[in-house]
Amino acid sequence: MKDHPITRRDFIKRAGAATAASAFPLTVVEMAFADPSQRFTFAHISDSHIQHVQGSEFVRNWDRGLIRAVAEANLLTPKPDFVIFGGDLAQLGTKEELDHGAEMLSRLKYKTHCVLGEHDYYLDLGEYWSKLFGPHYYSFDHKGVHFVVLNSILTTDEWTHKKWPTPMHRMIEMAGLDNPNGSPFMVGEKQREWLRKDLENVSKTTPVVVFSHSPIQKLYKGWNFWTDDAEQVQALLQPFEKVTVIYGHVHQIQYNQIGNITFQSVMATAWPWPYPQSYAHAKHAMPKLTVPMNRADPFFERDATGWQFVDMESGRVVVEYNLYNNTNRVVAYNPATRQPEDRVYQNPAKRIPPQNHY
Amino acid sequence: MTRKHILIAAAAIALVGSAASLWIRADEFTKKDLARWQNEFMSVVKKGRELWTSPKLGTKGVACAQCHPNAANTHPETYPKFQKQLGRVATLREMFNWCLMNPLEGKPLALDDPRMIAMEAYATYERRGVPLAPGKH
Ligand SMILES: [Fe+2]
Ligand SMILES: [Fe+2]
Repeated sequence: MKDHPITRRDFIKRAGAATAASAFPLTVVEMAFADPSQRFTFAHISDSHIQHVQGSEFVRNWDRGLIRAVAEANLLTPKPDFVIFGGDLAQLGTKEELDHGAEMLSRLKYKTHCVLGEHDYYLDLGEYWSKLFGPHYYSFDHKGVHFVVLNSILTTDEWTHKKWPTPMHRMIEMAGLDNPNGSPFMVGEKQREWLRKDLENVSKTTPVVVFSHSPIQKLYKGWNFWTDDAEQVQALLQPFEKVTVIYGHVHQIQYNQIGNITFQSVMATAWPWPYPQSYAHAKHAMPKLTVPMNRADPFFERDATGWQFVDMESGRVVVEYNLYNNTNRVVAYNPATRQPEDRVYQNPAKRIPPQNHY
Repeated sequence: MTRKHILIAAAAIALVGSAASLWIRADEFTKKDLARWQNEFMSVVKKGRELWTSPKLGTKGVACAQCHPNAANTHPETYPKFQKQLGRVATLREMFNWCLMNPLEGKPLALDDPRMIAMEAYATYERRGVPLAPGKH
């Protein structure tokens, strides 16, 4: 059975237990659990962009996105081993926004690991974020998988330490996705050296999963779908047999394979972003492998937003995109083709008109 | 020639004569004119870009560019087109107003408001070079 019923069976966008049981026969589930020790799940929520209006008011729309993801993740059965929050918790990195976001995340019933996004960072260079969530980059091991969390949204010292009128000026310049006064993201030499050392003690057969905010690929510089030292970071990861990079920032479904490295993006809970191919003047290098998400329907506030339920299976990820107003999608590594593929839409004959972005 | 005809002819001569110093042929304009018109247009595009990225257009600090960087995913070349949610053929400006009222939680603009025209100029300019495709989904 090619389907991975653990994701189908367990996901909560369903009418009820009876419907789920009849739709996914138990035999299928038993097969899927053939080697349960090799298997666990985690949830991935990203890009909530909590935005302060004034006083105790925050932009309602973005709040609703995160509240919904947290509530749904709490209903998962079986329970995920942990949750990753993929960055851009806040919109302008203020204490009010980070506190409000942290309060919402604190309702998760699971251990939560956080990734830094540029919107969390460029006001005070991650100082307050650190007080709430800890170090900017770190690694941990879980059930035989080595997880690395990178801070990939750094940029040059010249830009960061320019004579800005105020730190908020710097934050606002970086917050505008299409703002030509921003600056390209990078992991930077210091952190690459830390990563090299961190990976020294990891066996080449150990599955490695990296969480970053930016793509660790060069997809489109104009919107910082980009990491300036992507090649150098990739070079540190290529020697491992099974490597997956899961990233936020792009607010859309993307997936790619470069050598041994599988790349998968995650959705935002706040709002979707257009694909670079829909900007007529973008010189982009978007992965041909990606079957795009549906074009957003502006009449549905939560359309083209969502969060992810990730099934870790023999060191590879099966990502179920939980799409609030669309049918869920599952993108999984296919050992036969050695690349991530959408379970339904990879076949061009199966694609649907809303997946055409122009 | 009747008396009436003579009078009309005289009036016409008088009119042409008095306007002679202002006489411009409709099809003759200079490079200087072209440059000026382009500048006028680009200044409105610039105004549109400012509005597009402004947190002040709505009431909650949300800007158009937050969801539409470079005005992407607005598809100006496809309007007017049928919007099933409105149940009729709508213009791009009406869609701008939809966003102004909903994600931006602001007030709609008159369809000929200079700010509306500026935003249309900006979004359309970002889309330059794309063939017209009215009605396309
Ligand atoms: Fe984001
Ligand atoms: Fe981001």
